[in-house]
Amino acid sequence: MRGVGKVYPSGTHALANVDLQVPRGQFVSIVGPSGCGKSTLIRLVAGLDNYTSGTLTIDGYDPINARKKSNDLAYVFQDPTLLPWRNIYKNVTLPLELRKQIIDDSVTAIIETVGLSDFLTAFPSQLSGGMRMRVSIARALVTNPGLLLLDEPFGALDEITRQLLNEELLKLWERDCWTGLFITHNVYEAAFLADRVLVMSARPGHIIADIEVPFPHPRNKDLRHESSFTEIAHYISNKLEQANQ
Amino acid sequence: MNIRKISSQIVPPVFFFALFLFSWYALVEVFAIPPFLLPGPWLVADAVILHGERLLNATLLTAIGSLTGFTLSFVVGFCIALLFSQSRIIERGLYPYAIFLQTVPIVAIAPLIVLWIGYGLQGVVAVSFIISLFPIIANTTAGLTQVDPRLLDLFILNNAGRWQILFKLRVPNAVPNMLTGARISSGLSVIGAIVGEFFAGYGTDDFGLGYLIIQTSGQAKTDYLFACILFCTILGLTIFTAVGLSSHYLLRRWRG
Repeated sequence: MRGVGKVYPSGTHALANVDLQVPRGQFVSIVGPSGCGKSTLIRLVAGLDNYTSGTLTIDGYDPINARKKSNDLAYVFQDPTLLPWRNIYKNVTLPLELRKQIIDDSVTAIIETVGLSDFLTAFPSQLSGGMRMRVSIARALVTNPGLLLLDEPFGALDEITRQLLNEELLKLWERDCWTGLFITHNVYEAAFLADRVLVMSARPGHIIADIEVPFPHPRNKDLRHESSFTEIAHYISNKLEQANQ
Repeated sequence: MNIRKISSQIVPPVFFFALFLFSWYALVEVFAIPPFLLPGPWLVADAVILHGERLLNATLLTAIGSLTGFTLSFVVGFCIALLFSQSRIIERGLYPYAIFLQTVPIVAIAPLIVLWIGYGLQGVVAVSFIISLFPIIANTTAGLTQVDPRLLDLFILNNAGRWQILFKLRVPNAVPNMLTGARISSGLSVIGAIVGEFFAGYGTDDFGLGYLIIQTSGQAKTDYLFACILFCTILGLTIFTAVGLSSHYLLRRWRG
């Protein structure tokens, strides 16, 4: 991303001059005040919106072509965004079906990793919020993506479920090493998951801090209680406060 | 379903029906209303027994007319809605004329339709079809076009084609709306068939409830007329309930 900006037709200046380079396999968290254009940023990466200035390339392609050529992208929305008329299994296989790819045993394996093996034939309306989010993550991972975009996926969940899903997501990343862009407004979550945390300013959004999170992998849940972790979280928190001013 | 739940659904309407019958009876008795103005419930019951076979035959014919009209409007309405969902220009251009179907007084155009389409079943079906078409078009179009934008994003992200979006997202998304439309249309189709029969008879030997209504009111056989109305109501209720129950069954997944 070089000098990327986005102005909506309504005149809203969502993003201004965003410079960012993410190496393959890195997990990056993005925090920022609400309405700062975090979601816009990853929508641009996904090719769901067009940027209005600068250049944005993924492996040398512009986002829409990258998406169409490589079939390598997955996106987890803020809400589970499941199809209510499909059971869990059918929801997870949807991306494979749409891309006309083979549906094999790996699907049940992925559903097993997110702990929903007993709910294959259940419908979304029968599951809790946390379980639905797990389905949504399984659906994103089923295509074995190289780039995973997560738009505040755990924002609507209670703290305990959120921490549990953080740990599970981290395990999956440690296993498969996709490139991750993770949007959140929770600094602890951001630091726990990522190798690198970006802090964005209020609108028009741009990156004001790029913080390395040096803890080695595999990380486990005890990391949250270490003083060095709390320090980093506080540091991010301070930067975020500055962003709000 | 337990007995208490069922009885809580059945007892109140039965109670009010009994109250209604009693008030009707009391009204006729107290004010000594002549039977040609308002026959008492027992006279209507007599008429039902006396003309039972003819009433049943007429109801059957009307049922065939209205069910055919309803099925036709469901299929044609669905196709028109599919077309509307695929092109905004077509939708903007044709939707006002679809509204025409809703606003035109069916009694006024029914004689014309019969004149053009011909007497007998086809005339009855045509009137029933036209009156029940609009709710299907309107509701299905709404369901096809008002898709959660995030679900649309999900399909786009997976590089879904136009047909995949239509048949794997828009059509299933429209199912609840289609069934709402079908419930409204099922009632209307009975009205349409009866109005159709006012103008399009089946000949001398066969007749539907619409024809019977015209005939009995012309002859001031008010008790017989009431029996016809009773059978119309039962027919409408049966079709409406059947569609309602099947949509309840089909929509289990959406509710969980």
